[in-house]
Amino acid sequence: MSEMTNEQIVEAVNSWIDENWNPDLPLLEWREILVEGGWATPNWPKACFGRDFTMEQAGLVSRIFAERNVVPVAQTGPRRLAAETILAMGNDDQKNRYLRPILTGEHSWCQLFSEPGSGSDLAGLSTKAELQDGKWIINGQKVWNTSAHHADFGLLVARTDFDLPKHQGISFFLIDMHQPGVEVRPLKQMNGHASFNEVFLTDAEVASEDLVGGAGNGWAVAKTTLSYERRLGGVSRSFNSVQAGLSARVYEEYREELRVANEPYTWYPQRQGRVDLVLPRAKETGAIKDPAVRQEIARLLSMSKGAVLASAAAEAKRKAGSNELVPAGSIGKLAASVIARQAAQVHTMISGADAMRAGADSAEAGMIAEVLVSVPAISIAGGTDEIQRNIISERVLGMPSEMRADTGPFRDIKRND
Amino acid sequence: MTIQTGFTEDQEQFREVVARFLQDKSQPAAVRKLMASEQGYDPGVWQQLSSEVGLTGTHLPEVYGGFGFGPIELGIAAEEMGRHLYCGPFFASAVMAGYALLNAAHESARQELLPDIAAGTTIATLVLDNLNEPDRVGAGVTAEDSTLDGVAPLVLDAHVANILVVIAGEGDALGLYHLPADADGVDIQAVEALDPTRKLCSVAFSQVGADRIGSVSGEAMNAIWNDICVALAHEMIGGAQHLLDSTIEYTKIRYQFGRPIGSFQGLKHRCADLLMEVEFAKAATHHAARCLAAGEGEPYIANMVKAMAADIYMKAAKEAIQMRGGIGFTWEEDTHLWYKRAKSSEVFMGTPSVHRERMMRLIEAEEVLA
Repeated sequence: MSEMTNEQIVEAVNSWIDENWNPDLPLLEWREILVEGGWATPNWPKACFGRDFTMEQAGLVSRIFAERNVVPVAQTGPRRLAAETILAMGNDDQKNRYLRPILTGEHSWCQLFSEPGSGSDLAGLSTKAELQDGKWIINGQKVWNTSAHHADFGLLVARTDFDLPKHQGISFFLIDMHQPGVEVRPLKQMNGHASFNEVFLTDAEVASEDLVGGAGNGWAVAKTTLSYERRLGGVSRSFNSVQAGLSARVYEEYREELRVANEPYTWYPQRQGRVDLVLPRAKETGAIKDPAVRQEIARLLSMSKGAVLASAAAEAKRKAGSNELVPAGSIGKLAASVIARQAAQVHTMISGADAMRAGADSAEAGMIAEVLVSVPAISIAGGTDEIQRNIISERVLGMPSEMRADTGPFRDIKRND
Repeated sequence: MTIQTGFTEDQEQFREVVARFLQDKSQPAAVRKLMASEQGYDPGVWQQLSSEVGLTGTHLPEVYGGFGFGPIELGIAAEEMGRHLYCGPFFASAVMAGYALLNAAHESARQELLPDIAAGTTIATLVLDNLNEPDRVGAGVTAEDSTLDGVAPLVLDAHVANILVVIAGEGDALGLYHLPADADGVDIQAVEALDPTRKLCSVAFSQVGADRIGSVSGEAMNAIWNDICVALAHEMIGGAQHLLDSTIEYTKIRYQFGRPIGSFQGLKHRCADLLMEVEFAKAATHHAARCLAAGEGEPYIANMVKAMAADIYMKAAKEAIQMRGGIGFTWEEDTHLWYKRAKSSEVFMGTPSVHRERMMRLIEAEEVLA
């Protein structure tokens, strides 16, 4: 923790910006200065470009940056997960080699976790890593890899020991995506967008110094990444846009970085059902007069309001220091699915036969059609509803766990071929 | 005034006191005894509840002999009563008659009637000739020159009431009346109830003189109805929480196929859904009481929570029986007591669809204003 008072921080940040900020610099060059100056990630340790600030102090710094329209470090997409994972679990050599180009935006990253054969059951992964002549040779297939098509490096989990129980034989690697053994293909979704990729690994190579946390400790490292993913979930998908009217070189380059990073997420509001469009659409179409539609709208708005109030109640309890288990995360995620489905159903009732249409000429410039074909994602992405229900029933309601068929050596567990 | 979030320490302590009292006095064995009795309540417990714990005066202002708390504290009491399936005229007297008098009676009538209701020494009930929708009240029981005529087919606890508070039709308007329950020309008959823990009567008036103690404007009628519905929603979420808790416990101790049935996802996932919906209805209902207390908030909140609480209470009741299997359908097992209370609460003071329709009308009106 830094001993600086808030006033001292405000003064230090402002005078540093006065001396160093130059919007005419190229983005990369500006960020080199920023990282060097220690204001890029002030909550990180002093040894790693930081100042040992608390999260609150760091928040103060980023507010000043935002107020003064100073471009911050690169934090879009999976690169942020890579940075936090390496900072927490990497060795000094890995921190030295990887952190700086992540912060400057020079390197972009992707996550290579899920596999066609292991979705909800991530620890059931079967991509193989074998040590040969001092190098790890990787074979297998990964899926749902956002940004993999432009990533320079990947966070990879692979199995290094098939004779151990499933969680114990996993190792965590940092892999160079620019090599012949790595093939990235876009994965087109049912709504027509391609926000993710598939990654095929065929005798791909990882240097021995890019193993993180030691062989067989990959599950612990992966859990670190996943906990950051949960924490950043909302943040990493809603990057600040650059204020209109700012046009110096660094802004143009930053705008482009954000555009690329945000591209996979343009349909995300639609997968939540667009509750905001329900009343306006019902009025515009006259469906608001239909008693059956009115009932379903009222149900939807009640659910939606109930979810907001329940999450506020959970927060109030947490603040009051209650140790009552309130699974706000899982309940909130489950609620989002139920609400999205109901919203899609209400939009369908409102549109009637017009719900057969899609594209720019259809309702709300195609947004309603996009809702109808995007909503199935919300109950799957980031942990299926079924997994959330397992978490709620076991950790909150204390119900017994399901009997397992995946103990013992991984080799003997039945799995997808 | 701003809308409270969370409960204060005093409110939490109040809940503890009420819960402890009911845990002691309203065990299923006691509930069964009372539901089989004609009277339907235990006068000794009533006396303790009203004078020692002081629940009957919870929400009534101090000038009328109450404790001067509001809808939040009343909600806490109602929630615990719903959890423990308390049998007695609390809802009829303190909640229904109390809110009717508070919202529509002249000052002198409030001063005359409320202190005894607050003390529990008088049992009152509110005679509404229609329990479906406030707009439909006044067609069955009418008043002319302070003389009542007509029938209210469903009245809570009229058989044990000392006084009747009546909302009667006066042509296009409504008036508030009161009279002793044993007045000449009043015919009170017990009605067989689906939910035997909530006693029902029909009340018929033939040319009965009564005191006219106020006019009931449309606004006042809605306020009475909303106040009652928010208290009722609390009773329902308390019941729903009991059903969820007891069902979870049952699934942990009941073994089939060599394992506790609570280890089957077929049950676990449904329990997770129940928890989610109970949490939503609870949060919304607590919020509704805070809105009433603050005199602000969503104008449709009472309708919204009456519908939500009714839906989840019934869903929890159906699931509680289903997850118990055969034993859940027996008279011996207690779940049906809450199931029946859930069913009667679902339709009492407006079905969920009536409330959703009213909610929509208020949302439309709000949007027009905005």
